[in-house]
Amino acid sequence: MKQFLAILVDGSVYASWLFIISAGLTLIFGVMRILNMSHGSFYALGAYSGAAMVGWYFTTGAVPWLSFFVLIGAALVVGVFVGLLVERGLLRFMYGRDEVVMILVTYAVLLIMEDAIKLIFGVEPYFAFQPYMLMGRSSFIGLSFANYDFLLIGVSILIGLSLWYGLNRTRNGKLLRVVIHDREIAGALGINVSKIFTITFLIGSGIGALAGALTAPALSVVPGIGVQVIVLAFAVVVIGGLGSITGALVGALIVGMARATAVHIYPELELFVIYAVMGLVLAFRPQGLFAIANARKI
Amino acid sequence: MTTKSKALLLILAIATLVIGLLLPQWMSYLFTIAMGKGLVVLGVVLLMRAGLVSFGQGLYYCVGAYVAGVLTQFVEVTDVLVILMVSVIVSVAIAAIIGLLLCRYREIFFAMFSLAFSMILYGLLVRNQVLGSTDGFNVASPSLLGWSPGPGNSSDMVLVVAVILVFTLAILAWRYLNSLSGYGGEAVRENEIRVEYLGGSVFKIIYVKYIIAAGLAGMGGTVTALVSGHVDPEMAYWTTSGEFVFIALMGGTSHVAAPIVGSVLFESLRTYAFAVAPYTWQMILGIALLAIILFLPSGLWSLVDRFRKSLDDRFKNKKSRDTA
Repeated sequence: MKQFLAILVDGSVYASWLFIISAGLTLIFGVMRILNMSHGSFYALGAYSGAAMVGWYFTTGAVPWLSFFVLIGAALVVGVFVGLLVERGLLRFMYGRDEVVMILVTYAVLLIMEDAIKLIFGVEPYFAFQPYMLMGRSSFIGLSFANYDFLLIGVSILIGLSLWYGLNRTRNGKLLRVVIHDREIAGALGINVSKIFTITFLIGSGIGALAGALTAPALSVVPGIGVQVIVLAFAVVVIGGLGSITGALVGALIVGMARATAVHIYPELELFVIYAVMGLVLAFRPQGLFAIANARKI
Repeated sequence: MTTKSKALLLILAIATLVIGLLLPQWMSYLFTIAMGKGLVVLGVVLLMRAGLVSFGQGLYYCVGAYVAGVLTQFVEVTDVLVILMVSVIVSVAIAAIIGLLLCRYREIFFAMFSLAFSMILYGLLVRNQVLGSTDGFNVASPSLLGWSPGPGNSSDMVLVVAVILVFTLAILAWRYLNSLSGYGGEAVRENEIRVEYLGGSVFKIIYVKYIIAAGLAGMGGTVTALVSGHVDPEMAYWTTSGEFVFIALMGGTSHVAAPIVGSVLFESLRTYAFAVAPYTWQMILGIALLAIILFLPSGLWSLVDRFRKSLDDRFKNKKSRDTA
């Protein structure tokens, strides 16, 4: 029972973390048909800028509780700014190319950003543990949990809800869905597709950076975290079906729970189980669980 | 293959051998590593000609390397030829199973699922204490047909074996590409439905290519492990596979020599860049990748093709002027 609860909580925490990362990835793919390999670098960028800003904030001796806003604000500003740079400066010249070519282009962006992060922030680890400590710990039935983890769950629910609301209940969301459905017809109907692309990429990279910032307090920020994260996010979105937000949510829950179970029962399989689940899902549903149906074009 | 290109390849092979043996130790080491990677990239190129980008050749590269490690350390088989044979058998066996699932996919899905499979191996190796988890373990020095040069001297032997292997396989790959099944790859890339109408099996064409690529990558991994004397799970990490894709794009896919030349160039550049600018190496790679995609989409080998064509044109123009 105790172990079951531990698995459930750890799984949910891990799942919400995964969901925040994958939501941006799947949104960008759904709208732009770009599998953004550099998404992990936005995550790393968010983690670094968040950690650096929080570290600086605590040296000023200001109110500790406001550090959460510093953390999130820093990541969002940097993420959106660099996203704008990448989309306007590079990606827009590449639209209309093969999806495989776009993978390679974003892979190049990843390589460049990895080193840019090293050049700006150095290779020493960053720590931003203060917000994590600030929240304290709580315990029920003999198990101790970090309250910060529950904050993570809350934020991911918030992001999920706002994405759902934005896509399904607003005018801009409706326009976005038109573009997802058929880019050419959307353009013919007078929708500014290129503007929608830019906005989507900014939202996606912003969420990616936010995910990084939210993780930063729970671990040390070191070079290479982005590269680790992107393959996990791939697994999640593939299980759920590329381009589907609901899919990302379900994929995150499946992967999160599977990993938590493995960690508690048989830790040797921690990484293996994630991809094993993915392989299993794909063997039976090659397009993922919630893939958007595509009309076949001739 | 024309006699001219055969002769060219032979000269290239002998030149590589002589240069490799004459060069100081660290450079011949670099050469051998480049040969190993060249084999893997040759496989990547085969798949690319069918329009498939594999971000997971690291899987077989790592399998080949670990086969070499396990055989020399735990089974005490040190013969290079036996090791190579076993690693090909193991890689091909794994590819035959994974291929059944993977060859149903195209484009980004193929890229991602191949990546996922290599990460499965990475995940298993990282947690395996017997195989040294993240540190990997050392590979004992190899022997050839009962002759063992001993540690420190075996690298020259591996170099000779690697060069012969690479050029033999390059010629075989050329022959394969000019066979029906080999041409099938380009046909699949252009239009799968037409291939099926013409009575070809798209699945079979891709499956065969995938298995060949896996065998090549396995041998490449073995060569690398034997010359470097060490294996670690990093070889299956997806960034390693990304490197192979990079070399394939840089070299180009129009000629079997392109991946080999490409990987020699890549390894030399990397050694240099690591010494000069350790923190901007990836950035240089990224910028180079963008430049290739934008300005040289058929890779460096297209420069050779272009040069040849301009020579031909000039010759033809001269001829037509003469007759006029």
